[in-house]
Amino acid sequence: MTDLAHIRNFSIVAHIDHGKSTLADRLIQETGTVADRDMKAQMLDSMDIERERGITIKAQTVRIDYKAQNGEMYVLNLIDTPGHVDFGYEVSRSMRAVEGSLLVVDSTQGVEAQTLANVYQALDADHEIVPILNKIDLPASDCDAVAHQIEDVIGIDASDAIRVSAKTGVGIKETLEAIVHRLPAPKGDATKPLKAMLVDSWYDSYLGVVVLVRIIDGIMRKNDRIMFMQNGTVHQIDRLGVFKPGMMPVEELGPGEIGFLTAQIKQVRDTRVGDTITTEKKGVTQALPGFKPAVPVVFCGLFPVDSSEFEDLRDAIEKLALNDASFSFEMETSAALGFGFRCGFLGLLHLEVIRDRIEREYNIDLITTAPSVVYHLYMKDGTQIDLHNPADMPDLTYVDHIEEPRIKATILVPDDYLGDILKLCQDRRGVQLDLTYAGSRAMVVYDLPLNEVVFDFYDRLKSVTKGYASFDYQLAGYQEDNLVKMSVLVNDEPVDALSMMVHRDRAEMRGRAMVEKLKDLIPRHMFKIPIQAAIGGKVIARETLSALRKDVTAKCYGGDASRKRKLLDKQKAGKKKMRQFGKVDIPQEAFISALKMDG
Amino acid sequence: MPEDWQAGGFGLYIHWPFCQSKCPYCDFNSHVAARIDQTRWTRAYISEIDRIGAQTKGRTLRSVFFGGGTPSLMDPTTVDDILTKVRATWPMSNDIEVTLEANPTSVDAGHFAGFKDAGVNRISMGIQALNDNDLKALGRLHTVAEARSAFEIARGLFDRVSFDLIYARQNQDVAAWRSELNTALSMAVDHLSLYQLTIETGTAFGDRYAAGRLNGLPDEDRAADLWDVTQDVCQTHGFSAYEVSNHAKQGQESRHNLIYWRYGDYVGIGPGAHGRLTLDGQRWATEAPKPPGEWLAQVESTGAGELPREALSADDQLTEFLLMGLRLTEGVDLRRLGAAENPDLAANIARLEDDGWLEQDDLRLRVSPKGRPLLNAVLRTLLSD
Ligand SMILES: Nc1nc2c(ncn2[C@@H]2O[C@H](COP(=O)(O)OP(=O)(O)O)[C@@H](O)[C@H]2O)c(=O)[nH]1
Ligand SMILES: C[S@@+](CC[C@H](N)C(=O)[O-])C[C@H]1O[C@@H](n2cnc3c(N)ncnc32)[C@H](O)[C@@H]1O
Ligand code: SF4
Repeated sequence: MTDLAHIRNFSIVAHIDHGKSTLADRLIQETGTVADRDMKAQMLDSMDIERERGITIKAQTVRIDYKAQNGEMYVLNLIDTPGHVDFGYEVSRSMRAVEGSLLVVDSTQGVEAQTLANVYQALDADHEIVPILNKIDLPASDCDAVAHQIEDVIGIDASDAIRVSAKTGVGIKETLEAIVHRLPAPKGDATKPLKAMLVDSWYDSYLGVVVLVRIIDGIMRKNDRIMFMQNGTVHQIDRLGVFKPGMMPVEELGPGEIGFLTAQIKQVRDTRVGDTITTEKKGVTQALPGFKPAVPVVFCGLFPVDSSEFEDLRDAIEKLALNDASFSFEMETSAALGFGFRCGFLGLLHLEVIRDRIEREYNIDLITTAPSVVYHLYMKDGTQIDLHNPADMPDLTYVDHIEEPRIKATILVPDDYLGDILKLCQDRRGVQLDLTYAGSRAMVVYDLPLNEVVFDFYDRLKSVTKGYASFDYQLAGYQEDNLVKMSVLVNDEPVDALSMMVHRDRAEMRGRAMVEKLKDLIPRHMFKIPIQAAIGGKVIARETLSALRKDVTAKCYGGDASRKRKLLDKQKAGKKKMRQFGKVDIPQEAFISALKMDG
Repeated sequence: MPEDWQAGGFGLYIHWPFCQSKCPYCDFNSHVAARIDQTRWTRAYISEIDRIGAQTKGRTLRSVFFGGGTPSLMDPTTVDDILTKVRATWPMSNDIEVTLEANPTSVDAGHFAGFKDAGVNRISMGIQALNDNDLKALGRLHTVAEARSAFEIARGLFDRVSFDLIYARQNQDVAAWRSELNTALSMAVDHLSLYQLTIETGTAFGDRYAAGRLNGLPDEDRAADLWDVTQDVCQTHGFSAYEVSNHAKQGQESRHNLIYWRYGDYVGIGPGAHGRLTLDGQRWATEAPKPPGEWLAQVESTGAGELPREALSADDQLTEFLLMGLRLTEGVDLRRLGAAENPDLAANIARLEDDGWLEQDDLRLRVSPKGRPLLNAVLRTLLSD
């Protein structure tokens, strides 16, 4: 157990690619926490997908022993927080487990939207913040301008920002000293009953569920019988330790310390982030404030391309759910796509991560239906329904009104592209809340319907600004609007998997785009096929796929009989992969392309 | 229906795999060779005729077809030796058709008289286009004028002369094709083959097409218009289609090709040649090794220029019977089809008949005129379960 005065707990806040991981590596290396020869770049990122996307999904932690210039030994605990908006709640919880943050800003780039969102979370958690200007080795580095920008946009003092090159190691010693001298020591009382915060948890195939904890008061010891206060479950600790960054066992953890425990816990679902842990007997009665269960906000259907893989998909989803309490699922049947699952996610990135893992780790090809948000339906009989799937939309005559979730979006963009951004937000039914300038960049804050963002907002944003804008958001409650269900009919048969909720004013546009796309995706048949988008009984967009006019092989002699026969047999087998709607065969690829998120 | 082949007849196909140059659209088993030892090749053909002849003893031959490649580049003595062997092997019907495929250059034409003496009685000539620019684009070695004089020589020697044209070429519009077709019909004797250009993978055109560098090909609508005008113009000139791409005056159809489409038996000899043989009640698909050198070496060393045979199941035979037979305007014989014992097939026929794609009378089932340009789609529906 370390005395409180010699502990510092901190996180690093940064926009993607500004150098968070490189800096963390440098700190670990400089203090000799990991021998140089064991140092592989970016110690803290682990999952493949995280590495590929350059994001952190699960909180990672490392304990650094540091001998300061005053000759004393300090324990520095770094928690690497998830860097993405979808995991905002996790970020806010891990922020509450530490007292300070290093704010890393790339001195060649300046402040970005993600920097802002995360730094506000840090300020909310009452952090002391040490600004770091990184990448000073690059010629484009402009520390003075960026320091100014930090003061202007974020409103914190940046006059003693540390100038660092995480690449060359310049400024690393100063950073370590600043952690010791500028960040506060944690508070806590070892004599009080045990009160610890559950910062994160994950499944390890050897150890079972591993729980990351921050001790607030009291002492946690090996073999303690502990209680998770949310659901009252009791477990006996069988391992207690810290990450250096490998797991190292300890006998006890005292106030201010951060470490891990295992206790024969089978499911991550039983260990909710933000929960309070105490001892079974003589524990605290008052849990830490602020716990809330993660709620999925984006839903979509996941169907196996090959319907015989349904059971494999169930298996994969159940396994992933064991390790991810924020992801929900239930079985769904679609006339178009067969058996699958309706799944709920924290956001689009979360959706993509899960989908990628199913496809990659479990080798199942998936069809993902259009992502939908959760609508609140207020029925005429006074009841309220949460609508997760447009296909379940009840008859409008029973519905009084519909509310949709909105977000507060912050976008930072170079001046040149401001006009395009304003137009994009306006087109997406946005309401401007704020517009300020910082240097040559503008910061725009918009109130936007989440539904318009899950459609193809990211892609449009990227393309209209050539990738120069950064974007972040927070959920901002529900609001009534004129929302309708748009169905798609192929040869007068409704295709359930293609129906979606849209704003009435945008329905024509979306319907037109959909029918045009389908016209290109469905092969011609021997008859002409009307393709329509409709609201209720009213057709709002229509295309006609004309009939096939010519499909005959010009030459077929004695040598071609076998070849033609085999081709016909193959086509017959291929037809089994088509989905039939009345007389129309729609190829699997048509669904995949029509439902592509980029619209 | 163990001896069903008899309804289609019995023929012999001989494949000559060499050409003077390779045309960019062509995926036939044809090769350019510097030197060809024709006596060696002759021996190999003769040995194959012996081998298959022993398995098909006593059957009456209705047709012999020299195809390619460019068989008109064979020495007339080679053709003579082969036909002599054929006559010694099988009895022949008295109206036997002996066709040889010819390219319309002067070199080829120089062989025509010798072919006639050897017993050839019908020439099928690959003229391809009646306009010099298009001949060039198709990679042909001859001009229209050369083709016409070769054609005249053939006409002077043979009663039955057919020629081939390829249409739906790059940048060919309906009006231009209509006038070219009229010229063709004014030349035509009794038979004409009109093929829409097919882009085959593995050919020079196939590669260019895949790379997006083959421009001006008709889209489906123009291809359909070109098809329609072809049917119309030929019909007015008394050259109605008797098969998808083949037109003839009444009674002048290619007897050899009718054996394929009526799903008879045929012997295939030469590199890459296919055959259909009914032996002791089982129908077999035969196939020879494709590379000319390999075929020749195999015949010489093992005495059999053939790959393992494939036994055709009843389903396979039904598919082939329909896909070949429905190419013919006359359609297929309902008794041979036996749809009564096949409820899936009967239901599909009824559906296609209701929608006007198929027609039938007491004896035959055929594709309607509106269904013909959609034959592949009709077949897919007909054969679906
Ligand atoms: N030149 C230079 N490059 C750096 C520095 N720090 C990080 N980088 C590079 O910037 C990129 C992003 O760094 P990374 O640590 O992965 O950023 P993160 O997304 O914030 O974790 C990587 O290519 C790093 O090598 C620095 O101080 N100087
Ligand atoms: C065996 S080939 C060639 C006969 C002869 N060697 C010649 O070229 O004149 C028979 C006919 O098939 C046709 N043909 C070959 N390749 C074709 C293609 N890709 N598309 C359409 N017709 C083709 C040509 O009309 C050709 O005359
Ligand atoms: S079209 Fe005729 S000449 Fe040209 S390569 Fe093919 S077979 Fe030979």
